[in-house]
Amino acid sequence: MTPEVSALCLVFILLVPLAGAGLAVINSGLGRSRNAAHMMLSSLCVFALAAVVFFVIGFAFAGYPGGPAYEFFIRAKPWNWIAAEHFFLRGLPLDGSPASLVALLGMMSVGVAAIIPLGSGADRWRLGAACLSTTVFAAWTYPLFAHWVWSGWLAQQGFIDAGGAAPIQAAGGITALVVTWTLGPRRGKYTSDRMPMAIPGHNAVLVILGCFLTWLGWIGLDCAGAILYAHAEPTRSVLVVANATLAAASALLAVAAITRIRFGKPDASLCANGWVSGLVASSAGGAVMPPAAAMIVGLVAGALVTYTVELLELHLTIDDPGGSISVHLIGGIWGILSVALLAKSAQWLPQLAGISTLLGLVLPLTYLITFLQNRMSPMRTAPEGERQGLDLHELGAGAYPDFMTHND
Amino acid sequence: MRVVGFFLQFAGWIIVLAAIALLAAAPQTAFALAGFCVQLLGLALAVRSHRIPHGEPE
Repeated sequence: MTPEVSALCLVFILLVPLAGAGLAVINSGLGRSRNAAHMMLSSLCVFALAAVVFFVIGFAFAGYPGGPAYEFFIRAKPWNWIAAEHFFLRGLPLDGSPASLVALLGMMSVGVAAIIPLGSGADRWRLGAACLSTTVFAAWTYPLFAHWVWSGWLAQQGFIDAGGAAPIQAAGGITALVVTWTLGPRRGKYTSDRMPMAIPGHNAVLVILGCFLTWLGWIGLDCAGAILYAHAEPTRSVLVVANATLAAASALLAVAAITRIRFGKPDASLCANGWVSGLVASSAGGAVMPPAAAMIVGLVAGALVTYTVELLELHLTIDDPGGSISVHLIGGIWGILSVALLAKSAQWLPQLAGISTLLGLVLPLTYLITFLQNRMSPMRTAPEGERQGLDLHELGAGAYPDFMTHND
Repeated sequence: MRVVGFFLQFAGWIIVLAAIALLAAAPQTAFALAGFCVQLLGLALAVRSHRIPHGEPE
């Protein structure tokens, strides 16, 4: 890799934290005003913790493409299952080599993935519990699955996912689903006959601003991933940027049209979720599909968000204030499938194996870890904390001290 | 039902893995799809078992 390409990669990697900032702002805007500061601080804390834990432990298991790893053989075929790097990045010179850039991108990516579940646990997830959950995620769940996708046995099968639709988005979405199941719905969300009550987000401006930030962050994530994981030529970044933008735009327009037809007016929060969902779905195949295909990916992602948000809330009684499950889990899975459908026709089996691993290993494993964590130390805040707001209850000060507080 | 759901998801994954590792090209896809269907059944059970029961005070 030439110094110019290394520098370009570094610029793309430096854009990635904007994805985390965007998600934090969106989640904060979609939650209640009395939890806004808590959401922003939680996002920063889990991002920081994830980066540190990945540096200390995670990279040793995640490794980089072509790096040392443990393998076993079945019918003379190698199965690379875990990296054999050192803790604390020992022995890895941070000199702009592909391995060092992969380590840096991993520190940023795991932070973005760790912010995703905060949206589904909004208004009731304790900060300490979120940090503990993030520690396990960044130390074990993410590194293992990321290794499989980008260097391990899934990559050996031909699985395509340069931008991290599976290890970042869908794995984060699975954690969001498990967190929602474990925490239960917010107080007052459902009536005794299981009817959901509307709890609107407190700041649509923040939500829409977050969309612009996520767009920049995703461009960094997808372009850096394409160069470092898919070994794409740097000039292919133009295609990746075009695809991410077109997918996000198509998804937003699809949601705006659907909500306009169904409810008479476009829904701002759903449109924002649609935009992010388009970005999520385009992550997997952004470097390998033509722009027209990216538009189709975005349109389907937008439609999926609109209907799955309703399905989860109304029929499955899953209270996901930030829409993280619909956006990141459903959008991520659609993105993985779309590669087989729209980019490479002989790609069905590897992509199916990736989704199967998410459902068959990542979901049960995350559920088990979260279940044990909740048994040891309850993840949900006390009823008093939920009524008072997590800003005052856990931080001692609100995000908007000059505003009137509301009552339920 | 919850445990059965997660067990089915894991079992389906093992079927998919076995199909990839042990079978030749022709039956591989069919077995992998069968494993995936087992996983979907498990997911449906897990999701269903997490629904709030009717009449539960909130």
